[in-house]
Amino acid sequence: MMGDSLLKIGWRELRASYGLVERNFNLVKRYIGWEIVFLFYTVVNTLTIGFIGVDQSGRGGERVLYLVAGALLWGFLSILFHEVSESVAWERWEGTIEYTFMAPIRRLTYLGGVCLWATLYGAIRTIVVMIAVAAFFRLDLTRSNLLGALVVLLASSVSFIGLGLVAAVLPLLSPERGAQATHIMEGIILLVSGVYYDVSVMPRWIQPLSVLSPATYTLKAARAALLHGAPIRDIAPELIILLAIGVVCVPLGLIVFHWGETYAMRAGKLKRSG
Amino acid sequence: MDCRDSDKALECKGASKSFRVRKLARNGLPAKSSHGSGLFLRWLSPTERVDAVKEVDFTVERGEIFGILGPNGSGKSTLIRLIATLLLPDAGEIKVFGLDVIKERLKVRRVINRVSVEASFFKKLSAMENLSYAARLYGMDMKQFRASVKEIFDRLRLPPDKWYEPMEDLSRGLQQKVAVARALLSTPMLLLLDEPTTGLDPVSKKEVQNLVLDIQRDHGTTVLLTTHDMQEAERLCSRIAIIDGGRFVALDTPANLKKMVAKDGEAPTLEDVFFRLTGRGLTEPYAGEGNGLDG
Repeated sequence: MMGDSLLKIGWRELRASYGLVERNFNLVKRYIGWEIVFLFYTVVNTLTIGFIGVDQSGRGGERVLYLVAGALLWGFLSILFHEVSESVAWERWEGTIEYTFMAPIRRLTYLGGVCLWATLYGAIRTIVVMIAVAAFFRLDLTRSNLLGALVVLLASSVSFIGLGLVAAVLPLLSPERGAQATHIMEGIILLVSGVYYDVSVMPRWIQPLSVLSPATYTLKAARAALLHGAPIRDIAPELIILLAIGVVCVPLGLIVFHWGETYAMRAGKLKRSG
Repeated sequence: MDCRDSDKALECKGASKSFRVRKLARNGLPAKSSHGSGLFLRWLSPTERVDAVKEVDFTVERGEIFGILGPNGSGKSTLIRLIATLLLPDAGEIKVFGLDVIKERLKVRRVINRVSVEASFFKKLSAMENLSYAARLYGMDMKQFRASVKEIFDRLRLPPDKWYEPMEDLSRGLQQKVAVARALLSTPMLLLLDEPTTGLDPVSKKEVQNLVLDIQRDHGTTVLLTTHDMQEAERLCSRIAIIDGGRFVALDTPANLKKMVAKDGEAPTLEDVFFRLTGRGLTEPYAGEGNGLDG
């Protein structure tokens, strides 16, 4: 509104962002059965990956933590990517896309709320899985730089949110296949980033792709912090790259999303059936 | 509210909208198939532009209930979407209380709300949870929300035991009442009702119609209503436009529309008016229906 101060506008938009967080929290409560099943599956999946490490280096070996850290980090990053990139597809599936998109809020507010929820939800799920897996394998984290690993997670969140924003436009452009395309993008990131192996084992022609993936730097830095207790200054190059990717990807994601929304409004795709 | 000092609630000048559709779809072959040869044919099929709304001109006064009558596929919903800022017009100008729907989109969104024919809710969430989300999007504080929602639900006679039930467990009539409640929550100056009573039983239909009359009387809310229910249009609207093939073929008061087609002292109904102006009944869809366009 014309006479509103910036503070008032900011407060109103922040409340709207919180509305999205609250809405998603309510949805999680309503789908609690599925949440428990997914959480159980994630814990079991992480344990099976940990057992590969046990098989290779024995219980308590470094390989276990290497693989478990990969599974946990990928779990967090993929939740972040999913929640952001599939936000539009979810609205379309529920049939609320028109209502949400004609609400008097800035698109930044909507996407900010989605990202805030994705970060909170991803962090809580990852912490729960981490506690369960650490207890199961009796992982020794006393030499780990947990604060450093957390800083890596925060820095990588920014870049993954940026990638998610770019991918979120796909369901706007193609209601039928956009959501499927986001899975292809996610699969490629999983393949090239060295989640469960060092990128050097991949064929030479794939390796350059790992340089472009923010997950490569996340995994490298987080493993250094968790496995070797590397201080922040040692992982600073990876942190700087992650932040740089975020600085490029977030505005790029917002621009691409704006462009996609305008296209959808022109082509009549901003509706439940597209 | 942030709107110009305009005595017109809505001004539509030469608004047009067309969509690119596959010719295959118009010829009755698979338009949405995602399997095998159907999908292949769809990709190969050439496209063409089909007019959904063509050079529509009209104004709606503040506090008026204005009706748009037309069969399925005639362009009613497309017109509503253009006004609701969900579509960009190809040509023409649309202003809501003097605010341009393209250049001042956010301001327009603050003064409008819409009820569509489908209930657009998070199905697992309750009416209360869905409306709480709406309240946050529209910048209401929660104290204000709780007071307003109770008043609106009571007015709509929505049983309190249904307030906290998932939307998917409510009947179609109750879902539509919640949709109306959600639209009223933001106290819109222009309420867009896109076939709000389609599929409702006669009692629910009457209740929603009464509510529309109440809010217009009590709050001076301007209402734009699309329907293919003649009685509803006649009961609620001070003026009615008849849309066919994306064009307005007539616009006047119900009485004048009837006079327009009356012959030899007969008393025509609105359905007679529609038939004479378009050459067919309201139940017959527009030839463009099935081409992927909306009503």
